[in-house]
Amino acid sequence: MDINNTLTIDGAIKEFAPQIEKTSPLGWSWITFLSVLVLFGFYGLYTQIAEGHIVTGMRDNVVWGIYIVNFIFFMGVSYAGALISGTLHLFRSEWRKPVIRMAEWITIISLLIGPLYILLCIGRLDKLHNIALFGRIQSPITWDVIAISTDIVGCIIFLYMALLRDFAHLRDYPELKVPKWKKKLYYYFALKYHDTPEQRKKLNRTVDIMAAMVIAIAIIVYSVLAWIFSVTLQPGWHSTIFGPYFVIAAVYSGTAVLIVSMYLFRKVYKLEHVITELHFKNMGIILLVLGAFFGYFTFSEYLTKWYGSQKNDELLISILFDKYYWEFVISNYIGVLLPLIIIGIPKFRTIKSITFTSLVVILALWLNRYLIVVPTLESPYLPIQDSRSAWVDYGGTWVEWSLTLGGIAGFLLLFTLASKLVPIVQLSALVKKDKSEENRKSE
Amino acid sequence: MTAKNESRRSFLKAGLSLSAGAALGAAALSGRADSMDAPSEKIKLVTADGRVIEVEKYDLSIDDRNPASIEKSHYGLPGRKFVMVIDLAKCKNARKCVEKCQEGHYLPEDHEWLNIYLLKDSPESAPYWFPRPCFQCDNPLCVSVCPVGATFKRTDGIVLVDTDRCIGCKFCMTGCPYSARVFHWHEPEVEVPEGTVYSPETAYPAEEGTVGKCVFCADLLRKNELPRCVVACPEGVIYFGDLNEDTVTNGVETMVFSELIKNRSGYRYHEDLGTRPSVYYLPPVDRLYEVEEGFSLHAENPEILERYKNTETYKKYFGDGH
Repeated sequence: MDINNTLTIDGAIKEFAPQIEKTSPLGWSWITFLSVLVLFGFYGLYTQIAEGHIVTGMRDNVVWGIYIVNFIFFMGVSYAGALISGTLHLFRSEWRKPVIRMAEWITIISLLIGPLYILLCIGRLDKLHNIALFGRIQSPITWDVIAISTDIVGCIIFLYMALLRDFAHLRDYPELKVPKWKKKLYYYFALKYHDTPEQRKKLNRTVDIMAAMVIAIAIIVYSVLAWIFSVTLQPGWHSTIFGPYFVIAAVYSGTAVLIVSMYLFRKVYKLEHVITELHFKNMGIILLVLGAFFGYFTFSEYLTKWYGSQKNDELLISILFDKYYWEFVISNYIGVLLPLIIIGIPKFRTIKSITFTSLVVILALWLNRYLIVVPTLESPYLPIQDSRSAWVDYGGTWVEWSLTLGGIAGFLLLFTLASKLVPIVQLSALVKKDKSEENRKSE
Repeated sequence: MTAKNESRRSFLKAGLSLSAGAALGAAALSGRADSMDAPSEKIKLVTADGRVIEVEKYDLSIDDRNPASIEKSHYGLPGRKFVMVIDLAKCKNARKCVEKCQEGHYLPEDHEWLNIYLLKDSPESAPYWFPRPCFQCDNPLCVSVCPVGATFKRTDGIVLVDTDRCIGCKFCMTGCPYSARVFHWHEPEVEVPEGTVYSPETAYPAEEGTVGKCVFCADLLRKNELPRCVVACPEGVIYFGDLNEDTVTNGVETMVFSELIKNRSGYRYHEDLGTRPSVYYLPPVDRLYEVEEGFSLHAENPEILERYKNTETYKKYFGDGH
């Protein structure tokens, strides 16, 4: 981390300006590609709105499908910012600095995309305002609405606090070759912040408070989300550990997504000297610990269901181990054991292997949510009978997959655009605090 | 047939004096609600015991085109607590109840409120047909989880859905442990008589993207008639009545509810879930029909048979290769 000692803020801007100043042809084609996928998602959305939910694979037994899985997944990913950036901020870990901006963007973007999926499950979007008009506080959905909107606001404030300094720096750097609107944007978003000692003190205090708040809100959001399932009487959902289980799974997936994005941005923007192997190893170890916790929760959840199984638990377990055999193996065996082996054994611990593990973890966690949602709906108390046979088996249709792809592409697109707005590495954090303070004093 | 009508009439008669009171009670109870949409017009009536009373015309003028308003549907029929008893010994999957239910509520063919299950409790015990309406639970999870109060519990025990308010989040469907709720996955393709006004009690005209379920024929109860499935059943499987009167009838015979449950070991499905259903079952003992009759009756309708293809009974009856 020699960079901290050598960079002044102007030097840092000069170094990272190309990221926001120009976009390579490859970058443009990437953006176009993602936009096409997003448009494809919109076409799926149009089909669903025009023809009704009949175009999805969801039916009277499996009433929630891939949409809810995506919803839980994206909400989980949003944990990257809250817990990684919030916790590391409070612990004052120096090494966190080059990666927290990424973590915070991941949080905001996934928080904006995730809730869209719950809207896709709603049959009458035109009556959504009824939640505001007639909302019942007794319903976990209302808890969710309150919690998620609080979370979005909290996380945006948290991210903005961290961006504020950079906006001010970018505003004060005249040689920046960006379009006029971008300069204007920096000017307005910088809110007349001039890094005076008083402003700095206030900002630091606010960031500290928000970091703590964001952690608390994030835990509440994910617990509430878990309670949507566990307050029902359905065999696979009616579980007391769902709250903490979901929280752990969420941080786990958020960390994995952060590692993958670290890898990608490091490659694309040539950040090898800023994001070093140390970052991957540290994040890898966080991933390892979370993976162990996730494995522990998964094990206790399924052990108790299987060992002293009631009739419907037994049915659920048999579906999981038969129809969903491979999904179960990937999500709950490989998704737990791979990080333990690859990151747990120092010899295997490289940037590539840690990134690969993270990719597997992301897939495993998506499947884990699928296994929580769908098989339970396929094993109700009353057996699935007397409903038309074409309606019995759930499988995502092209509409659901198009919207899933659209969501992932939307996430990547917004993330890419965000990195074009402000450097993906927090500039102000790269400059040693005491040093810049010294500079300011001497001026 | 005549005997059936006779006894049905007597049930209705028994309810008449109560119904006059009920109408009065309803008027008193929902006076505030009614003032919103019903013109206040009183008419004179003679009760069964010869008294002349005045009631709101609106409380009596309930026909198919002018059902109870949404507001009014929120109030139960005063003094009532409806209960259903299903005699599993008599059910042979004739599906007349399903047909009448579909017809009477103008339900699309892929949206069925009443399901007939083929259950088998253990490998050793005998299979039996199990009709499942909505259980109208006294502790309904579907009502608890609804974010907008679109589904509600009335004083007479009935749980209704106000599709006008329903946002279609389907949380109630996952909340119901009995799979009693179904969704309108597409525009309901059913012809409803022109000029029909929507009411949660009739549940039609239906709306795409909302949830539906058995309403215990709340519209007919208001007119003091038995639910459609009760009347439709050729075997008199389904008994319906009032817990306060301790009486149930299947249209042919009228029984004392508490004695029926006691003598025939009545039970509620999954009592352990704590939902406290209003539907009781009489165990399938001394059965009138072979369970296979439920297949042979529908030999010409493979779509119906197909629905049971995963059951052991089906496989045994048709052979595994079928």
